[in-house]
Amino acid sequence: MSALRPDLAAIAAMIRPGTRILDVGCGDGALLEHLVRTKGVDGRGIELSQQNVNACVTRGLSVMQGDADTDLNEYPSGAFDAVILSNTIQATEKPRVVLDHLLRIGRRTAVSLPNFGYWKVRAALAATGRMPRTKNLDYSWFDTPNIHLCTLSDFLDLTQICGAKVVEAHALNERGETRRISPNAISKERWGGPNLTAPGAIFLLKKA
Amino acid sequence: MAEAPKFLRPVTAPAADVGLAVTFERPLTLDCGRNLFPVTVAYKTYGVLNADKSNAILICHALTGDQFVASDHPVTGKPGWWTIMVGPGKPIDTDRFFVICSNVIGGCMGSTGPAENDPETGKPYGLAFPLVTIRDMVRAQAMLVEHLGISQLLAVVGGSMGGMQALQWAASYPERVRAVMPIACAARHSAQNIAFHEVGRQAIMADPDWKNGEYQQQGTTPSKGLAVARMAAHITYVSEEALQRKFGRSLQNREALSFQFAPDFQIESYLHYQGLSFVDRFDANSYLYITRAMDYFDLAADYDGHLASAFGADAPRFCIISFTSDWLFPTAENKRVAHALNAVAANVSFVEIKTDKGHDAFLLDEPEMFGTVRGFLNAVADS
Repeated sequence: MSALRPDLAAIAAMIRPGTRILDVGCGDGALLEHLVRTKGVDGRGIELSQQNVNACVTRGLSVMQGDADTDLNEYPSGAFDAVILSNTIQATEKPRVVLDHLLRIGRRTAVSLPNFGYWKVRAALAATGRMPRTKNLDYSWFDTPNIHLCTLSDFLDLTQICGAKVVEAHALNERGETRRISPNAISKERWGGPNLTAPGAIFLLKKA
Repeated sequence: MAEAPKFLRPVTAPAADVGLAVTFERPLTLDCGRNLFPVTVAYKTYGVLNADKSNAILICHALTGDQFVASDHPVTGKPGWWTIMVGPGKPIDTDRFFVICSNVIGGCMGSTGPAENDPETGKPYGLAFPLVTIRDMVRAQAMLVEHLGISQLLAVVGGSMGGMQALQWAASYPERVRAVMPIACAARHSAQNIAFHEVGRQAIMADPDWKNGEYQQQGTTPSKGLAVARMAAHITYVSEEALQRKFGRSLQNREALSFQFAPDFQIESYLHYQGLSFVDRFDANSYLYITRAMDYFDLAADYDGHLASAFGADAPRFCIISFTSDWLFPTAENKRVAHALNAVAANVSFVEIKTDKGHDAFLLDEPEMFGTVRGFLNAVADS
């Protein structure tokens, strides 16, 4: 088992041992397998790509090929201790509906996302007048899967709309390393704040 | 007692392994309330059962399949129906697993069915044979597995009607199977599926040679009716796209339309061939009985209409596979089962394979399906 990506490791650190976990958009199952092996969680996944689902099945994971936008309503309320949505919310068709479902299905919800308010993104737009392409978001505007990009402040607004409370927040740096931050540091837009300096963040949410 | 199976049709491939049959000393009580006695189950095994009997995989065959999964068919001489999937080094690896496949009861390849003699009359059962269900088929399989001394199967795998049996195994005997792999199936037969089956049955019954099911005594064979049934069914096994790709409007051995009813189009002669080759190996009454068993299948109905209630906390691990172009058992039906399993927090994986080959894709060369089957079974065996 190779070392977990730092952002995934930060999510893993939020998960309690022996709990029931749903990883929405679980990719090839690296995080889920890590959680099953090291924390003894009872893990499930949802993944769009068939190749990735096969990779998960081969790892012995239980993963449904499906779409966060259409399949989450099939899951009973409170079915999981925690639901993970890693680097996926910006690719969903209805982020608010998806987040509502996550908060309904899991007692805790861990969401990681890229930050469109990151200074390099802002600078690229300001300097070139064109949609920015960054290390994390390296797509042309017309063929990107990331159809609902937002800033960290925008996302915090959505958590409020969905009636969620931020339990923990972690800012990511360019290398994917994390540092814990106060949600207030994001909501107050200021020079040097995470909404400007962090290329991404991870939030642990619960229904308020 | 293990014995040599008796087939309805003569063995034309003497080199083929005919497998075994076991006749049970006790009757099998069927869903219809009647007792079936004696009960014979014909089966074929591949690979070696390990010392702790933990590597056994039961494969359940589909409507017109049989126990000859991975070896030549003794009656037709043709290769087994799933040689692409089962064998040494194949996704269901007989170097590692002990594979069992038995002919379903109601069938015509050595297991008790309507062509067998009714002990009460000494004549073939015909329509006196009791209606059997998918659950009855599974009961007979469970008797065989017990006879083989296996208390827990590593997995039950099946496509189409075989998948229905796999689901029934999970519901009836969750403690006796570790993993279940239903492919291209559903927890219930749809109205459309029942309709197609009824067309097939009516074609058989409309054949004057069917003789109200007593054709064996009267020395006839309702070949025409059975062939039409097979032709109609075959259309449902393939996608419109695949038919178009394979045949289009191509003409058969001619340059122009004949302005007659002889088969002008390749698709017509292909269907004729499918029908004709089928009657050489299958029994018309078996076809009636087995299609009826599929029609009756509605797993949720046994649990007050709640599919989720069919599976408890002790449910085995599931891996469900569907195919994008399968309109007989579409993805939505397969997914319904997966969602019901999710609702009871079962360990379930679901994979939808992209293909234009329709329902029959489970029998064909689908590398992604092979990857799923191999990965899942190995993961179960290693856990």
